[in-house]
Amino acid sequence: MKALLLRDLRLAVRAGGGFGLSLVFFLILCTLVPFGVGAEGGQLSRIAPGILWVGALLACLLSLDRIFALDHEDGSLDLLATAPLPLEGAVAIKALAHWLTTGLPLVVFAPLLGVLLHLPTAAYPLLVLSLALGTPALSMLGAFGAAITVGLRRGGLLLSLLVLPLYVPTLIFGAEVVRRGAVGADPTTPLVFLAGITLATLALVPFAAAAALRVNLR
Amino acid sequence: MSIWEYANPVKFLRASGVVLPWIVAGAAICTVGGLVWGFLTPEDYRQGSTVKIVFLHVPAALMAINAWLMMLVASLIWLIRRHHVSALAAKAAAPVGAVMTLIALITGAIWGQPMWGTWWEWDPRLTSFLVLFLFYLGYMALWEAIEDPDSAADLTGLLCLVGSVFALLSRYAVNFWNQGLHQGASLSVAPGERMSAVYRYPLYVSMLGFFLLFLALVLIRTRTEIRRRRLAALLARENRA
Amino acid sequence: MIELGKYANTVMSAYGISLVLLAAIILQTWRANARARRDLEEHESRG
Repeated sequence: MKALLLRDLRLAVRAGGGFGLSLVFFLILCTLVPFGVGAEGGQLSRIAPGILWVGALLACLLSLDRIFALDHEDGSLDLLATAPLPLEGAVAIKALAHWLTTGLPLVVFAPLLGVLLHLPTAAYPLLVLSLALGTPALSMLGAFGAAITVGLRRGGLLLSLLVLPLYVPTLIFGAEVVRRGAVGADPTTPLVFLAGITLATLALVPFAAAAALRVNLR
Repeated sequence: MSIWEYANPVKFLRASGVVLPWIVAGAAICTVGGLVWGFLTPEDYRQGSTVKIVFLHVPAALMAINAWLMMLVASLIWLIRRHHVSALAAKAAAPVGAVMTLIALITGAIWGQPMWGTWWEWDPRLTSFLVLFLFYLGYMALWEAIEDPDSAADLTGLLCLVGSVFALLSRYAVNFWNQGLHQGASLSVAPGERMSAVYRYPLYVSMLGFFLLFLALVLIRTRTEIRRRRLAALLARENRA
Repeated sequence: MIELGKYANTVMSAYGISLVLLAAIILQTWRANARARRDLEEHESRG
């Protein structure tokens, strides 16, 4: 398991692995928003929680198809399926690798982009906390979507169509946490819901994703 | 003799062929009857003639949800017992359910315009229907995208399972996110909350009509899929010979 | 003709659009079914 994790991380960090691309995408997105809605500070700070969360979500989406596609092409996915490691575990590890290379950097860089968008000071800890709690669910659900579309030629677009509706609850609670933090309200309730969704996703979705992979490898 | 007998495609074709004319006739009578009766109801003192939209809006919304529920059950049957007819029935229900969702959304928007003063409001019920519509679109797109029919059935079944959980989650998450304009259940059992009988009975007829219409469409579409599958199998066998 | 009052357009467009959508799905279902039946029969009578 550890070996698989290290291998995936190394592949992602190596040039052409797409590491950092989603961060750049996140930056560009947050730069574009003020051009669209105007640079007025009050307005920006009001929509900043939503923009940051939607941006993180889209940035996460960009690299999803890489979770399984490359391994499927060169056949190492078949090896993984026959390895002693249960496929559910392999899926969870691959989702973890995706989170470490995409989700975690987003969590770290989001406060910097919050500055660009005039996010109220009180919301910064909550922004980091909610993203840290929410993005693992995004990676895991993305792995499920990637497992379903792995054999398809034009899977990328379909993958977004399948995965985005699944992101709705996470997005609602995640953005709500930050929004409440921004106006100084108590964020406990959405925070607990967000954590609950993430934990349930991490516990159950690997089974669905592994089942989808088995179908695709048949 | 058990219900699983009808999992045999030939038996399903024969049995559904026998009941189908009755269902189609019932669907036609109840849908047309319910809608015409509903159209002729008197005006509501608050909502004016817009109250007539309820006879489209509520049955369509009802079937939009039940169609997804039926797809969930059919997908489960396919995943557990591997009856092909079940998978094909799930596939057949999706476009019908999507149209029902669309009707519920559109009539809701048209109704909302004079009543709430806006076409669209990010109200929990409206939003969750929009999310449901997105799920239908994804489900249908996935069926279209996969060539091997058994893999397609498996993967769409899995998507339906996971999607159901998240559709339900979204339903309650949006509640939390925004308080709505939408009224509560129109047919609640609590006294004092019920609609008057003038509207209730045509609504029941219309709901029955939409249900039968859905049933008829799904049966016909399932038969279509079975025949298509059979033709494809025959062609494949000839190519091999 | 029944009087619809000031909401005539609202009610008529709701009914109109819904009936068009229903008609579309019914027609599509019907034609696909007819074609599948015809194709299969053609094939079976040939082979």
